[in-house]
Amino acid sequence: MNNLISQLRISLVATFVLAVILCGAYPALIWGIAQALFPDKANGSLIMWNGQTIGSKLIAQNFTDAKYFHPRPSSAGDSGYDATSSGGSNLGPTSKKLMDLVKERVDKYRSENNLSPKALVPADAVTSSASGLDPHISLINALLQAPRVAKTRGIDEKVLVEKIQANTEGRDCGIFGDPRINVLTLNLSLDAS
Amino acid sequence: MNYFEWIQLALFIGLLLALTKPMGVYLTRVLDVDGKTFLDPIMRPVERLFYFLLGIDPNNEQEWKQYSFSLIAFSLVGALFTYAILRLQHVLPLNPQGFGPVGDHLSFNTAVSFITNTNWQSYGGESTMSYFSQMVGLALHNFTSAASGIAVAAAVVRGVSRNSSKTIGNFWTDLTRIILYVLLPICVIYSIFLVSQGMIQNFKPYETAQVINPYTAQVIKKDVNGQDIKDELGKPVTEESKVETQTIVQGPMASQVAIKMLGTNGGGYTNANAAHPYENPTPLSNFLQMLSILLIPSGLTYYLGRTVKNQRHGWAVWSAMATILLVGFLVCWWAESNGNPHFQALGVDASAGNLEGKEARFGIFNSALFATVTTGTSCGAVNSMHDSFTPLGGLIPMLNIQLGEVIFGGVGAGLYGMIVFVVLAVFLAGLMIGKTPEYIGKKIEAYDVKASVMFIMVPVLSILGFTAWAATSSWGLAGLNNAGPHGFSEILYAFSSAAGNNGSAFAGLNSNSYWYDITLGIVMLLGRFFMIVPVLALAGNLAKKKLIPPSEGSFPVTGPIFTIILIGTVLIVGALTFFPALSLGPIVEHYIMTHSSTLF
Repeated sequence: MNNLISQLRISLVATFVLAVILCGAYPALIWGIAQALFPDKANGSLIMWNGQTIGSKLIAQNFTDAKYFHPRPSSAGDSGYDATSSGGSNLGPTSKKLMDLVKERVDKYRSENNLSPKALVPADAVTSSASGLDPHISLINALLQAPRVAKTRGIDEKVLVEKIQANTEGRDCGIFGDPRINVLTLNLSLDAS
Repeated sequence: MNYFEWIQLALFIGLLLALTKPMGVYLTRVLDVDGKTFLDPIMRPVERLFYFLLGIDPNNEQEWKQYSFSLIAFSLVGALFTYAILRLQHVLPLNPQGFGPVGDHLSFNTAVSFITNTNWQSYGGESTMSYFSQMVGLALHNFTSAASGIAVAAAVVRGVSRNSSKTIGNFWTDLTRIILYVLLPICVIYSIFLVSQGMIQNFKPYETAQVINPYTAQVIKKDVNGQDIKDELGKPVTEESKVETQTIVQGPMASQVAIKMLGTNGGGYTNANAAHPYENPTPLSNFLQMLSILLIPSGLTYYLGRTVKNQRHGWAVWSAMATILLVGFLVCWWAESNGNPHFQALGVDASAGNLEGKEARFGIFNSALFATVTTGTSCGAVNSMHDSFTPLGGLIPMLNIQLGEVIFGGVGAGLYGMIVFVVLAVFLAGLMIGKTPEYIGKKIEAYDVKASVMFIMVPVLSILGFTAWAATSSWGLAGLNNAGPHGFSEILYAFSSAAGNNGSAFAGLNSNSYWYDITLGIVMLLGRFFMIVPVLALAGNLAKKKLIPPSEGSFPVTGPIFTIILIGTVLIVGALTFFPALSLGPIVEHYIMTHSSTLF
C-alpha cells in the first residue's frame, strides 16, 4: 500500500514536471528559434496582396475559371479544398463511388482542355490527393492545360510554358521526390503579368 | 520505378545502416545510469533536479514487478491527466478557435491511444483540438510513451545480459535519461529543420485568406443533426455554396511533429497527418521523417548486441528486420506502381500508378516507402491514404502490423517484441535439432516460453476476436466508408492497428462512435500493457538465471542461418494466424479487381 501511494505520488510529480519542460519550455524554445530564423515559414508561408492574405504557398485552393490552371481534385471537407478539414476520399480500389467520380473528372478534363475522347488523362488530374490540399500538379498535367489557359488569356503558349518552367519545383537536392508545379504560384504569376 | 527512386532507396537503407552504430553506442551510454555523454554538462544538473523532485535514488534498482508497477502507475496518471485536459478544453488557455470540450468516449479513446504509443485518432486534429490540448494533452505522451517503450526494451536486454540478478533497472531513471539525453535534444534540432522546410510553429489563430478565384460549390445539405438529407431515391440533396475564403490552420506544429516521428507515435497534428503540406512540406522533409521513424528502433538492435557482448547477434536481428521491411516495400511499391485497372479502363494514364490518396510531391515511391516504414514500426503517421491503396499495396501495411510490430517496430516495443520472437525461434529450432534451447548463455525454460507465448497471443486474440465481433454487429458496419471486401479490410485494419499500437488506419472507417471508441480503446490497452507485463516477467526471470559459457551444444544466434530462422518464426506465427482473415479482405479484393468488373 505504501508502495502504491509512493509510486502514484512519483507519477504525479513526474507528469507535471515533464509537462513543464516538454510541453512548455520545449515548444516555446522552438517557437522562438523558428520565428527568429524562418518567420515566413513558421507562420504558414502566407501570400499577401494589397495587405490582404490571399492564401498559402503550401496549401491548394480551388481554381475553376478557364484562365487559371486547375489543381488536383480535393476531398477535403464538403466542398473540397477546406483547409480546416484535410483528408482524402478514402475510397478503395473497387469502390463504385470512386470510379463514378473518376469517370466524371476524366470527361470534364477532356472537354475543358479540348482533348480527344480517347486521349489519356494524367492520373494526378483526376484523383484526389491524400490531404485534399496538395498544392502541386505534374508537368504533363500543366502542359495539357496550357493551350486552354493561353487561349483564354490571349497569350502565346510559349510564354506560358516558360511560366510553367519557372514555377516547377525540381527534385530536392537533385534526388528526392518528383518534379512538380505549384498551381497557386503559377496562377499568381499569370495574373501579375 | 525510375533510377532516381532506386537511388533514394539505396540512400535510405545506406543512411539507416550508417546511423545504427552511432545511435546504438549513444543509447548504451544513456541507458547506463553511470554512462557519460557529451550532453552531461547541460543535462546532468537537470537530471539531478529531476531525481530530487521525484524523490528517488537513481541507483536504486527495481525487480520486474516493481518496474511494471511504476510504468503502469505513470501511464494511468498520464491517461487521467490527458482525459481531464480534453474534457476541459473549453476552459483551458491557447484555444483561439474556441473548440468545445472533447466528447467523453472520444476523450477516453484518445487518452488511451496516446499513453499506449498508438496515436489512433478518431478525430481530425485541426477541427477538434486546441493548441493546449495538442501541445500538453497529447504531445506529452509522445515523449513519455516513447521513453517508456525504450525503458522496457532496456529492462529486457538487461534481463538477458545480467548474471543472477534480481533487478532489471529503475523505471524512473530510465524514463528521465531517455527523455533528457535522447528524445529532447534530437527533437530541438529536428523541429528547426522541419520549420526550415515550411512547417508552421506559431500560436496565432487560424488565418482567413480571400481566395483568388471565388467559385460556387455543390454542397450536400445537412439536417440539424449533421446528417445528409436525401431525396426519395436515396440520393443526397445538394445546395449551392459560394466559396470566397479559405481558413488556414496555424499552431505549434513543428515541436509536436518532431517527437511524433522520432518517438514512433504517429498522431497527426492535422487530420491528413504527414500528407498535409504543412506537416510534411517537401520530399526532403519526407525523407528525414521516414528515417527518423527508424532511427531509434534500429539503434536499439546495436544496443542489444553491445550489451550482451555479441555484436553479431545485434546485426543478425537488424538483418532480419531490414529484410522483411525491404521485401514488404518492394511488393507495395510494385502494386502501387501497377495501379488500378479500373482507372486505366476509364482512360487514365497508367504510367503514374495509383495516385488516389497520394500527394504529387511524394509520388508512388515515397508513399509506398512511408507506408511500409510507418507500419513496420508502430509509428502510424501516414503521408498517403492507405484506404485508397490497391488491394496488395494495402495488404503490406496491414500485414506489417499483424506480424507483431517487430519490423524495427516501435521505439523499444520493436526490440522487446523481436527478443520474444528470438526466444521462440531458439526454443523451436533447439527442439528440432536437439540442441539445448539457450539464448546468449541463458537457458530457455518453461516459464520463459509461457511468457513469450502469452505475449504473442494477446494481439492475435484481440485482433481476430474484436474484428469478428465488429464485422457481425450493426455498430461495426455503421462506420464503414467502403462496401464489399474492402469494408471488411477497414475493420480488420482498425483492430490490427489498435492491438499493434500502430495508429494508422484505413481512414474511411468512421470510428468516432461509442462502440468503436470503447472497443478500440480496450484493444490498445491490451496491446500495450498485457504485452509489457509478460515481457517484463520474461526479463525478470532471465535476469535471475546464471550466465553459462557458450559450448558446442548451444544454439548459435548469429549469422545468416539464424537470421533466416528468425524471419521464418515471425512469418509463420504472423502470416499463418492472419491468412484466413486477410483472404476475406485484401486477397479476395485483389482478384475481384484484376479479374472482374465488379464494383461495390
